[in-house]
Order: sequence, then C-alpha cells, then structure tokens
Amino acid sequence: MKRKSIFTTGLLVAGLGFSNVAAAQDTIKVGVLHSLSGTMAISETTLKDTILMMIDAQNKKGGLLGKKLQAVVVDPASNWPLFAEKAAQLLEKDKVSVVFGCWTSVSRKSVLPVFEKDNGLLFYPVQYEGEESSKNVIYTGAAPNQQAIPAVDYLMKDVGVKRWVLEGTDYVYPRTTNKILEAYLHAKGVKPEDISINYTPFGFSDWQTRVAAIKKFGSAGKKTAVVSTINGDANVPFYKELGNQKISAEQIPVVAFSVGEEELSGLDTKPLLGHLAAWNYFESINTPANKAFINEWHSFIKNPKRTTNDPMEAHYIGFNLWVKAVEKAKSTDVEKVLAALPGIETPNLTGGTAKVLPNHHITKPVLIGEVKGDGQFNVVWKSSGEVPGDAWSDFLPGSKDIEADWVTLKCGNYNKVTKKCSGQNYK
Amino acid sequence: MLLPALWSIGHVYAQAPGDAAFLSTLGELREATYSDKATIAERLSQTGHRSVRAVLTALMEDRLSYRNSDQKIFIIHSADQDPAQLIDPLTLKSAGSAPADSLTKIGTNNGLRHTLRTVVAHFSLSSPDAAVRLQAVRDMLQSLDEPTLDLLRKRLAVETNSGVKREIQTGLALATLDGTDPNARLDAVATLSHRVSQDVRNRLALLLDKAPDGSFVEPDAKVRRAAAAAVASIDEWRGFYSGIETLFFGLSLGSVLVLIAFGLAITFGVMGVINMAHGELMMLGAYTTYAVQTVMPGHIGLSILVAIPAAFVVAGVVGVAMERTIIRHLYGRPLETLLATFGVSLVLQQAVRSIFSAQNRSVVTPEWMSGSLQLNGALAITYNRLYTVIFTLIVFVILLAVLKRTRIGLDIRAVSQNRAMAKAMGIRTEWVDAMTFGLGSGIAGVAGVALSQLTNVGPNLGQSYIIDSFMVVVFGGVGNLWGSLIGGMSMGIVNKLLEPYAGAVLAKILVLVGLILFIQTRPRGLFPQAGRAGEDK
Repeated sequence: MKRKSIFTTGLLVAGLGFSNVAAAQDTIKVGVLHSLSGTMAISETTLKDTILMMIDAQNKKGGLLGKKLQAVVVDPASNWPLFAEKAAQLLEKDKVSVVFGCWTSVSRKSVLPVFEKDNGLLFYPVQYEGEESSKNVIYTGAAPNQQAIPAVDYLMKDVGVKRWVLEGTDYVYPRTTNKILEAYLHAKGVKPEDISINYTPFGFSDWQTRVAAIKKFGSAGKKTAVVSTINGDANVPFYKELGNQKISAEQIPVVAFSVGEEELSGLDTKPLLGHLAAWNYFESINTPANKAFINEWHSFIKNPKRTTNDPMEAHYIGFNLWVKAVEKAKSTDVEKVLAALPGIETPNLTGGTAKVLPNHHITKPVLIGEVKGDGQFNVVWKSSGEVPGDAWSDFLPGSKDIEADWVTLKCGNYNKVTKKCSGQNYK
Repeated sequence: MLLPALWSIGHVYAQAPGDAAFLSTLGELREATYSDKATIAERLSQTGHRSVRAVLTALMEDRLSYRNSDQKIFIIHSADQDPAQLIDPLTLKSAGSAPADSLTKIGTNNGLRHTLRTVVAHFSLSSPDAAVRLQAVRDMLQSLDEPTLDLLRKRLAVETNSGVKREIQTGLALATLDGTDPNARLDAVATLSHRVSQDVRNRLALLLDKAPDGSFVEPDAKVRRAAAAAVASIDEWRGFYSGIETLFFGLSLGSVLVLIAFGLAITFGVMGVINMAHGELMMLGAYTTYAVQTVMPGHIGLSILVAIPAAFVVAGVVGVAMERTIIRHLYGRPLETLLATFGVSLVLQQAVRSIFSAQNRSVVTPEWMSGSLQLNGALAITYNRLYTVIFTLIVFVILLAVLKRTRIGLDIRAVSQNRAMAKAMGIRTEWVDAMTFGLGSGIAGVAGVALSQLTNVGPNLGQSYIIDSFMVVVFGGVGNLWGSLIGGMSMGIVNKLLEPYAGAVLAKILVLVGLILFIQTRPRGLFPQAGRAGEDK
C-alpha cells in the first residue's frame, strides 16, 4: 500500500512539474526567500508580503514584457544553512529570474556562494555592515556610510556628543559596524577612553548592570550618547531599563540602527520617547508616493494598523529597479539584467531618487528620527540629497584601498594600490 | 534670560496680561522650527500669563495640539485618548472633545524638551509637593545661571523640606566654587564633601586640574587640598554604594532565577517529572497578564495584581490537564516524559502563535513599578526589580507554608517520600499527583507574570528560561525549596559580580562552568534530599 501511495504522489508531483513547465512559457518567476517561521519570521514575513503586493500590482498593470509575474515563495525558516538549500532550489529547480530575500547578514553570507555559482540575481533589502560587493547581489539596504556614519556625525555636530558607548548584539553586523565606527571616531579625534564598546547575546534581558555602567560612563561631565546595534527583541528590556534607571533621551540619547516602526509596534513606547533611530525611510514621511504606498499596503494586507518600514521601502525600490532593468534589457536573462542595472533610477518613497551604482549599492537619503509617543518617528535631521552607498568602508585599514565596480573594473574588491582583483573572479 | 518670568511667579494671579498677546505668541508654535519653538517658549514664560506653566508642561509632554479645522491650540488631557479631551489654554477649563485625527500635535525634540524642562522647573519650585520641588531643583542644577541662583537663594529661606534644602545648598555651593572669595570656596568644598553624586565629584575634580599654561585652575592651595580630600572621600563612598548596587543586581537576577525554578522544584524536585514544557507554562502566565491588561485597559496598575491569581489558575489548569492526559501514563519513564513534554511545549508555543500571532505582545508596566527609588546621589534601586525580589520572597513563604502546614502539603510530601506507603494509608495518590503538578504549573504561571514585566512576552519566552530553571533546581538540590532559593540567589550574585569584569556572555559561561564542577563533586546539589526518595534518585 505504502509503495503505491508513494508512486501516486510521484506521478502527481511529476504532473505538477509539467504544468509548471507549461506555465513557465508565459510567466516570469520571481523568487521570494524570506523566513516565514522561526525567530526572524516577525520581520521577514512583512517583506514577503511586500513583494507579493508589488507583483500583484505589476500584474494588474499588464505584467512585464507581456508576461505575467509569478511568485515562488519558499520558507528558509530562520535556519541559515537552509537559506542556501532553498536558494539552490529556487535557482536550479524553479529557475526563477530574480530573488528578493534574506534579512540577517549571516543568511546573506550563506546564500552568496549559491548565487555566484548558479549566476542568480538577489535583491537584499536590509541595512548591513558593508565590506562586500557581489556580482550577483544588488544591495538596496543602507551601507554603513548611509546610516551609521551620518548618525554619528549628527550626534557629534548637532547634539555635541563627546563620549560614546557602542552597544551591540554579539554577531557580525554589530561587530563590523562598531569596528568602522571606532575607526571613524578615532579619525575624528575622539580619545580611546571616551569610547566604550560592549556586546551582549541575542535576546538578552537582564540589562541592569549594563545600563548602570552606561549611566556611570555618561556621568563624566561630557555629553554622552549610545550607538545601539542591539538587534531584535533585546531592545525592549534595554529601553525599559533605561527608563527605570531614569536615563532620558535628553541626558544620554540612544541612536539605534535596528529599531523601526515594525519593532516599535510590539512595545510600549513611553520609555523610548526622544531616543533616536537612523534609517533611509520613515513611515511618517509626508510625500504623495509614501501615502499611496501606505494605502496600497493597508488594502493589500487588509489591516489599517500595520506599519511600513525601511526594509519594505528597500524592496519597493529593488522591485521597481528590477522591472526597469528588465524593460531596458528586454529580457529577464540575469547577465543582461545585471548589465542593464547600473545607472537605472527609480523614485523612492521619500521624494528622492534611487540609482543603482556600479558597486551594486544604491543612492539613499539618510534620515534621523526621534521616537514619538505613538510609535512613529519625528524626523529631526535629513541629509541634503541622496548619499551613494559605499561597499568598502574608507575608515577600516583593510578595506580603505578596495573598490567595487562592476561596470568598468568588473570586480567587487579591486585593490587600488596593488591594482589586483582578489577573490571574486568570474570567467 | 528668564528674569521677567521669575519676577512674575510670585504674583501670577495678581496681573492678568493680555490674553490676546499670549494667544498670538502661542499661535506661532504651529509653524515654528524646533529652535524657534524654544524662543517662543521663553517669550511665553515672559508674558507671565497664569496658564504658562500648564501650556509649557503640556508642550513638554507632547500634549499640545491644534485643531486642523480652525487652527485653534488646545491642551490635550491625556495623550493616548481617542477622542481626545480638550482643555482651553487660556482658562484651563474643559473645552469638549475631538477625534484624535482631527488634531495635529505640536512636536518637540530632545533639545526643546530640555529647554522646556528648565523653564518649567522655575515654576515648579513653588509647588506644594516636595517631590516636585526636589525634581525642579535637580533640573535647575543642570544649568545654573545668576537668576536661577537668586531664585534658589530665595527658596532656601522659606524651604521646609530637608531633602529639597540639601539639594539647594548643593546647587549654591557648586555656584560658589566659581566665586572669587577663597574662604567661601573652602566652605563650599566642605559642604560638597558630604555629597555623593557624580556631578559634584566631577566639579570638585575639576579644581585639581591644571590649566594649559601649567597653573592650577584653583589658585588657593588650601582649597585644592580640601577638594582632593573631598574627591577621595566621595570616591570611597561611591565605591561602597556601587558594591551595594551590584549586590542588589545579583539579588534581583537571583530572585528571577528562583521564581522560575520554584515551579520546577515541585514538578521535577518533588515528583521527579522532567517537564520540558515548564517554560511554556511561564509563557502562558505572561500571556495571561497581557490578556488581563487587554480586558481592563483603564486599570493597568491593578491588572498586575489581578493577573497573579489568573495566571496561577490558567497555568495550573493546563498543568493538571497535561498530567491527567499525558504524564500520568509515563511515570517512571523519564526519557518518554521528556519527549512528551517537549512535544507539549511545541504545541503550546504554536497555540500562542495562532491565537496572539508570532509577534511579541506589549505588556504595559504600571506606574508604581516604573522608575527607581533614589536612596541618595549614588544609589538608586529600580522599582520593578525591587518588587520582583519581594514578590519572590512572598511566593517562597506561601509555598513553604502550603507544603509544611496544609493537608495537601502533607499529602504531597508523603507521596513523594513513599508512594506505596502513602497509598496504603488511604491517600489518593493519583489525585495528589495531579494537584502537585497543578501547583508547580501554577507557580510557573505566576513567575510568568513577573517575567512579563522584565522581558518580552512572545512565543519564545519559555525557551529562554527553561535551561536556567533546571540549573537552579539541580544546583540547589532536587526536591528542596530552600536549596532553590539559596542556589538561585547565589548564582545571580556570582553572575552579577563577574559581569562588570567579564562581560555578560563570559560571566554566564563562568557560572555554568562553576556549576558543572560543583555538580561533579556534589551530584545531589547544595541541599541533598534525605531519606528513601533521595536515595532512589
């Protein structure tokens, strides 16, 4: 009996496979690689829905190159090795034209070899630590010079901060970002004794000692700020403890790089009032494009209370960039689309333009907002115009001389001094 | 800069300057930038109008809005209400209500709020509430200028509260340090040497610095000597208080560990059931708190107290159901129990995800549990931790009383010590098993209420605490409540003593390594259970 049922299932699967092939003739497949279960599901499910919304809208406009778009959604379940397996499945079995996906840096690093081997195309929508430029990835989130560096500049110039606490969760993004920030602060003349760096594990909740230490560090008579790369839900008890130990944003402001509207919607924002976040998009930005986007999102997700956030805007931009590149290349072939992408422009949601640069990053405005009582952000600083994303930080000794350029140099890590392209070589 | 405002304080009600001028200045707030708003706020305070304080306080607290339809500015009674209760800024009387989306908030930023706080502090100095006056003086100490000092001197003459008096004296002494009279400076140093706050210490330490040209900032050698002695004494006191603070941090972490371990001390310790779903029972308790708060949004302060029995019942009922349907079939088969309860834990997690969604729920901390108890300039104890310590002790006492002084406690102990004999004596052991498991589960639920105030309420809450709770029970000695109490507390204190030197991650690792070594030498934990049951295990 058992054998028979397996046989039937096999037939069924084969049948489905055939129908897929038949459908593939007049559809373009779009892969969506976001965790729909596990710890990252909270953040990543929203991004899956964003891409589905964009595909839906594009199909209503008549599709792309006369074909309908078809989403292929897989669930890598917040499991980093599974990301690589699912990426291989999307590229090799489903033969998708493009993939939108990943959140954490570790998941991106996990799928990178797969995309490079199978020559796929990945749009990565989250702010990250930089120090990477792959031929097969378009980074639509912020590089450190589009988020961390301007935020520190703002605190230094506009708030007059002299002492710095770099507080992070213990993994690759905070460690690299803090390395860059430390080098940057040293370059700006901040003395080593005025910088304190500390890491705590994921999901840390007993912040008493750390917050007391921050309070002590901040009471040396110089204006002090905390630069937080604390990730995920460890933020909630952190801000609560700040409130309980009576450290207000007026005394020691905390600027966060991973706390957005989505994260704030799950917590009591009273203790956070006035603390800062640096992003490239805020839901509270008042532009016609943003209003239309929010309305479309609310009607798609059928919940007027859902927030929008920065990585969603990155997917919005990424999807539109891909559509334009495909239209320009008149093909969904990855090589042709990759050749067409640099230089493509699309309006972002904050009234500016996002342009793909030769290093596969995009131009973004930098915004700094203070948390308001209703969980939204009040923009207190905005960069003049868009900042081009820099893949390799100019402040780290190892990456200062490295440049990424996929148009003229055809290299993601070209060393300007030795004039060599190390590592990533293609053909 | 605030001089005119200060003059007017004494006779605010005597003169009623033009309401129109006040309103038109107020109106400028609508379109102003943040730096403009700061100047407008100062101009407002200079009008001396009777509602200045209310308006500026409202602005500081994000409760100042204008109506979109007619651009009229109102104070909002409470920021979160919809429809919002309007208060007229001139008369300070109720002006009806309006839906929240027909109003636009007049925004503030950190810089502006800081300015407002100082401005409002000047008004609060004459408040009848000593706590408000104390806070006002503290706010004023952040930016001392001549008019502020004048005001403080006047207040000192009439001030009756000793705490406020002391704080004013600190402020005046700090200002005297900038004066020209060396004897006055010496007196000021003498006054300040009895304070322990970091600000005072920093200011005194500045006296010992050298200017760029090599000369001392403080020209008088006697004052310098006194300041050096004062700094040394303050440092000593601060060191002492920071030791107490660390000890308290350790106790509070320990009390969380103890609280989460109590339930397990009963189910695992007394019954010998390895309950992997223990963490999820705590999670249920935390979600019960959330549910209670959703049901009674107007009484957040009370909701926590209501949540404690509610969580006990919810988690207890789930526990009894677990025991009746699954665990009782598996007594004496620890591996199967472990697997089955692990399965239950996954089911409970998914159930919560389906009902409440995978996102964390926000449990509001009531007013009486936020903030901290400021004991002196160097030592403050946060209320939520303080209450957790007290709560743990209360739970401990109640639990001990139930086990030692009640009939059911006697039954529980009898069954755990010798099941066959207890049965022979006519005790319904099956019923006792269910009740014991229910009690342990209920206590887990109660721990969940406490956790909801300290950490995130989400489906994964239980997982992050299950290991810790097993550790405490094993360390303290299986089946012994005193063991759990002392074991948990000492683990918390050791962890917190190590944390400043080793960091959070390494401190926990060191505690774990220490625990492993300890269990190697004393496998039964701190307080091994005596008697037959103890030997079986």
